[in-house]
Amino acid sequence: MKPVLETKHINKFFFDPVKFQVLKDISINLQLGEFVSVMGKSGCGKSTLLYILSTMDTDYAGDLFIDGQKMSDLNKSELARIRNEKIGFVFQFHYLLAEFSVLKNVMMPALKLGKEKKSIIKKKALEKLELLGVADQAHKKAYKISGGQKQRISIARALINDPRIIMGDEPTGNLDSKNSENVFNILRDLGKKQDMSMLIVTHDLDFAKRTDRIIEMGDGNIL
Amino acid sequence: MEQLFLLVDISKTHLLSKVKQTIVALLGVTFGVGMYIIMMSFMTGLNKLLDGLVLNRTPHIQIFTQSEPSEIQPFDRYNKSLENMKIYHSIKPKSQLERIPNALPILAELKNHKKVKGATPQATCKVFYTAGTNNLNGILNGIEVSEEIRLFNFNDYIVEGDVKSLIKKKNSVLLGAGIAKKLGLSVGDRLQVMSTNGINYSLSVEGIFQSGLAEVDDVQSYVSLKMAQQILGVGNNYVSRIHVKLHHMEDAVPMSNMIENLYNIKALDIKTANAQFDTGSDIRTLISYAVSFTILIVAGFGIYNILNMFIYEKMNDIAILKATGFTGKDVMLIFIIEALVIGIIGGILGLVIGYGVSVLIDRIPFETEALPTIDTYPIDYDPMFYLAGIAFALIFTFLAGYLPALKAKNIDPVEIIRGK
Repeated sequence: MKPVLETKHINKFFFDPVKFQVLKDISINLQLGEFVSVMGKSGCGKSTLLYILSTMDTDYAGDLFIDGQKMSDLNKSELARIRNEKIGFVFQFHYLLAEFSVLKNVMMPALKLGKEKKSIIKKKALEKLELLGVADQAHKKAYKISGGQKQRISIARALINDPRIIMGDEPTGNLDSKNSENVFNILRDLGKKQDMSMLIVTHDLDFAKRTDRIIEMGDGNIL
Repeated sequence: MEQLFLLVDISKTHLLSKVKQTIVALLGVTFGVGMYIIMMSFMTGLNKLLDGLVLNRTPHIQIFTQSEPSEIQPFDRYNKSLENMKIYHSIKPKSQLERIPNALPILAELKNHKKVKGATPQATCKVFYTAGTNNLNGILNGIEVSEEIRLFNFNDYIVEGDVKSLIKKKNSVLLGAGIAKKLGLSVGDRLQVMSTNGINYSLSVEGIFQSGLAEVDDVQSYVSLKMAQQILGVGNNYVSRIHVKLHHMEDAVPMSNMIENLYNIKALDIKTANAQFDTGSDIRTLISYAVSFTILIVAGFGIYNILNMFIYEKMNDIAILKATGFTGKDVMLIFIIEALVIGIIGGILGLVIGYGVSVLIDRIPFETEALPTIDTYPIDYDPMFYLAGIAFALIFTFLAGYLPALKAKNIDPVEIIRGK
């Protein structure tokens, strides 16, 4: 089976304030529909790896393949297209566009993709919000809602384009155990039903234990 | 297209959600454009007024005869080899008639010249204005009034009465304001003048003229050319001055040289006659350009500053948009659209305000002795100022948006996310 995401010998250095190797020869892969969690202590390079895998950080050595396509061959606009179409990203600090409505936030990546009509996108966005239990917030401005809700909305946004991979940087970090459970189940279901792969960075051992595979990191290495 | 609408929609949300900030940015543009238009309209208006004061009324070339010592003395003709020895004493000017020789043919020829807009003959005669036992020195200028009006805005001087009366009635006179006051005359009264030959004439005062220069208004009056010739006791070919107006003032110097050479008479061009004025006018123009340029630069930096802040506040949004698949170009376009919207709306408001204040200034009373026909401050409504104003608003807001937008385009979203 061909992996959805694969890295070969990724190395990454920080130069400021001193030269420091954050990632050392990272080679991992993610299969279709696989639910993988990444664990490790703070500062071990989990987030850095995630940014590279999400194509946002292009300053690294080594190869990254998504859907068999080599990322270092693509220019910035093409990478943006990949992020838009194939990757759903959930940030640690639930980044939403503060001045837009919740619904608009969720719709935004799909509007950018431009494959469907606005009315259909809207319907889909409402479905995703419903799925995460925040449909009642749809018409509020994003800055007016609570942290936990924001987190769920950003998950809904990550789902809107039915991406191949969902990447999350502590997506349940701000949720109570009930909501955390809920999010886990949603992700799990999606993985099963739609063959979405999950790559989730987390500190939550309970969460991690229930995933298909745990990648453990320490000091820039895969342990 | 659909994509562009999305970007416009995002821009709209940005602009509308921070209304206060948007208004401040708008006002920056409005103020700059408005001030520019007001300053340019007002200063150009004043400049044109001052220019008009002199230039519109002054002939480009004045032709007359002048008594000057001959440059070549008879002795020079006799023996050129004695160059080093000649000593002249007490050279006197050669006597000259006051009339221009062959005036009518010269006049006709000038009128046909393609660079000449028009030429008018004048006959000047010295007279005494008699009032009781007093004789006041005076000068009567015989003019062709309709040509004077066409070429030199002669009617601007007339503060009372009818300028056309010179055509209708042969013995009518347009009296200088200073003399009218001294003699206690007003329109409808009769003026007694005595020519240098000792003959008395009775003229009918049909108008009062005021040039604003006391020494002119105290002495000069205008009659028709025929009347002046009659007072002088000469034929209708007697002309003492010819005033020429050209299509382009720049031709004055070469044209006057040509006239001097061709007709062997004195021709004075406006540049020489009004050298100080010319310098003053140049300097005023320079100042007005310097001031408006400064306004534009200051306003431009203001706009840049505001837009820069506007965009830096949106760094978070830039990171999110990029992370969710918007390209650098999309992000740049969003901010350029925002800048241009501010530029267009602010610029149009600026035009409206600039025009409004100009109209207001145009209504402020401004009365001065020197300008009898002006009663409010002058404003020049040149559409070029409005065009330049809006062009400036668009160009500067585009640049002011473009530079930070370029930065937004190139910034790595990870930098922003990590920095949080």
